[in-house]
This record gives sequence, C-alpha cells and structure tokens, in this order.
Amino acid sequence: MKKGLLTFASRPSIAATGVTAGPLEQQSPFAPLFDKVYDDERSGLLTNEKGHAKLVEDACMIALSKVDSKPGDVDFLLLGDLVNQMTPSNFTAANLEIPYLGLFAACATSVSSLIMAALLTEAGMSQCTLAGASSQHNSIERQFRYPVEYGSQKPDTAQWTVTAAGVAAVTPNKAGNPAITKATIGRVVDLGMTEPLNMGAAMAPAAADTLQRHLDGHGTKITDYDVIMTGDLAKTGFELYKTLVEKAGMDTTTNFRDAGVEFYGNDSNFQAGASGAGCSSTVYFTDIYSKMMEGEYKRVLLIATGALLSPLSYQQKETIPCIAHAIELTMK
Amino acid sequence: MVSMFVTAFIVGGLICVIGQLLFDVAKLTPAHTLCTLVVAGSILDGLGLYEPLIDFAGAGATVPITSFGNSLTHGAMAEAEKHGFIGVLTGMFEVTSSGISAAILFGFIAAIIFKSKGKV
Repeated sequence: MKKGLLTFASRPSIAATGVTAGPLEQQSPFAPLFDKVYDDERSGLLTNEKGHAKLVEDACMIALSKVDSKPGDVDFLLLGDLVNQMTPSNFTAANLEIPYLGLFAACATSVSSLIMAALLTEAGMSQCTLAGASSQHNSIERQFRYPVEYGSQKPDTAQWTVTAAGVAAVTPNKAGNPAITKATIGRVVDLGMTEPLNMGAAMAPAAADTLQRHLDGHGTKITDYDVIMTGDLAKTGFELYKTLVEKAGMDTTTNFRDAGVEFYGNDSNFQAGASGAGCSSTVYFTDIYSKMMEGEYKRVLLIATGALLSPLSYQQKETIPCIAHAIELTMK
Repeated sequence: MVSMFVTAFIVGGLICVIGQLLFDVAKLTPAHTLCTLVVAGSILDGLGLYEPLIDFAGAGATVPITSFGNSLTHGAMAEAEKHGFIGVLTGMFEVTSSGISAAILFGFIAAIIFKSKGKV
C-alpha cells in the first residue's frame, strides 16, 4: 500500500524554469528573478483571458529556450489555471501543439503538475515535459469574488490573486539541477469552512495533513529540510497552519515559509497576501529553484495548497473542500 | 446653516456605519448589504418615518442608498392613491426613474471610455 506516497528512484530533474508576471507583481521581492514582466495587466492584449494565456505561453517558451528546445521536442504539456474549464491553458496548448493534459487542483496545480511530470519521466515515457500553473488577477477575482470594476471592500483575511505563470521543464536526471525525489498526493480535507474571503484558513488543515503524511510516510522529519514552503496560505492561513503543526509537536520557527505571505512583501494593500495558481509556481520556480542551483538549499519540501470550490458551489452554500500536494526536491 | 451640515454629516455617516457593520460584523456580501439598506429605506417610508428623517437631515438621508428604497415606496404610494392597485406597479419607478436612467447612461459612458484595472 502506497497510500499516495511516491518515491522517484530515477530522480527526474527540473532542467529549467520559465516565469512571467504582470505589472503589480514587479514590486514582489522575487521580481528580479522573473524572466519576463508585463506593464499591462492583459499582457497588451484585448481581454484578461487572452493576456492570461499569453503569460502561460511565454513562460513555456522561456523554459524551453533555456534547454535549447522547441515545442516539437516536448513529450507532454501539463498545465492548469483557475479560469472556468482552464481556457488560458487550453489556448496555450493549442498554440504549442504539444500533447496536453489539463490538470486542475486549484492553486495546488504547481505541485500536482510537477508530480505528474515526474511520474511520466520515472516511467521512462518522457524525455521532456513542461509542467506549470498560472493565474491572472482580474479574471480570477471576477470569477471567484467580485469583478474588479465593482470596487468591493475586502476583509484583512482576503488574498490577492497574482498575475503570473510559472513553468518547469522536467527531464530525466540531470546533474547540477534539482531532482524530484519524493512526493505525497494530498487528500481532500473539508472542515466546513464556507468563507471564500478567508481561503487561507480553509486550506491550512489540508497543508498540515499532507505535511504529516509526508513526514510519517517517508520517514523524514522537518529538520531534514532546508525549507518547507507552503503555496498560498497567506498570513491568516499560515499562522493557523503553523499552529496545527506545532500542536503535533513540531517546531515551525526555523524553516517554514509560505509563498503567499512573501509574494508581495509585507504590503497590507494586498490584505493577507497572495493567492492564485501562479503564486506558488512562480516562487518555487524563482526563489527556491535559484537557491537550490546556487547550493543554498540542498533539500526542500514544497506543499502547494488548493481550494477546490466553484462559484456555484459557494452560491449553493457548500463548504470549501481543500487539498495540498507535496513534492520534495533534492540537490546532490 | 452650519448645524444643518453637521446633522447631514452625522445622519449620513450613521447610515453608512450601519452598512459597514452589516458588511463586517453580520458578514453580508456587498450585494446583500446594498439590498438590505434599500429595503430598510422602503419599509421606513411605508411606515411614514423616512420623510421626517429627510426633513431633519437633508442630504444626510437623501444621498445614502436607503433613499432609493424610500423613493420606490414613495412613488408607488402616490400613484396608488391616484390609480389604485395598478399604481403600485407604475409608480414604483416614477420618482426613481431619473436615478436609474442616469446610472445606466453614465455606467455605459464610463464603460466605453475606461478599462477596468486591478490596481491597489
């Protein structure tokens, strides 16, 4: 019985990453590491969704250029975003003409797509797979909260959807690059939260559950990792998550980080912090990736969290089911 | 003269405080908060209480959205007196029509000229 625990003996590598972002994201502390930024929210195109698709496509092309490849050299394209039926990823896949699997795990797609890429590579079926996740502020706020034109007030627990895309090129083991060594597929955790303006709190228990299962299942402890980084819990959710982890008897003070907390610095204009599928993917593929390449981090655990609600399920007063997937990267 | 401004400011402010409390404490959505205030204004006018508030606070009572509810009821009741039950239907938008038309027109113009932005 594997119970959702995966070990990759062949150590598939992240050979390169491509990260694109929008105008507000240029004030992120991670912005110097972004490959391409746009001064326009719609990437200079007519609609938010067209701009969203361009972010994804450019991130894919940038990642490919770093491994001297063309779309025709890629075996699989694994993408996900938060727009209904993931049209930005679908349009990107249409343009790139790479065999495509759309993956939805909300903001946990950054890790779920990496896990799928690692599985395909481990199975010997892929020499190069592109995996990534993205989000665009205006289109996602409109879909899940309120249209930005509405100018609605947000409580301090609300999060700010980032406009960004992060894509990784996953290949068989490549010396000198971070290797994917372990993963844990999350279970859906639903503790009955119903407030979409406090998604961090809804997702925190899922993150704590996956962390515990990863540590128990793989026989590791938190001190084995240079950093354990959650995806987009943001301030409210991150505090709650750390409380849950501390209750289980672990120390969260040294190596715990959250991409949502850090993405926009400590700017209260962004309420509790960042969210969106593009949040964790860009931070993982810039800060974490580069620190591994430079040797600062030897072993990291990335736990991306996703709130699996739909606008309809919320209107029907359903609770918010949440998931967290974990992946472990190692540098030799 | 000055006391009139002060009364308008305080009464208008208090109506907004109620709105903010509905939003923050009762956790209503923006749309529910808006509708609650409109319905409250409508009911208050039905009970004959909103006109005295306008006499007392002037723009402090006519500017907040509660005044829209007041106008709905006001028009409906006035027409009902003249034309009976059908007047309720025709009168509802009698007083409010200028506000509704203006909202549509200016909303349309703004939508043509400007593009929405997600800036903080």
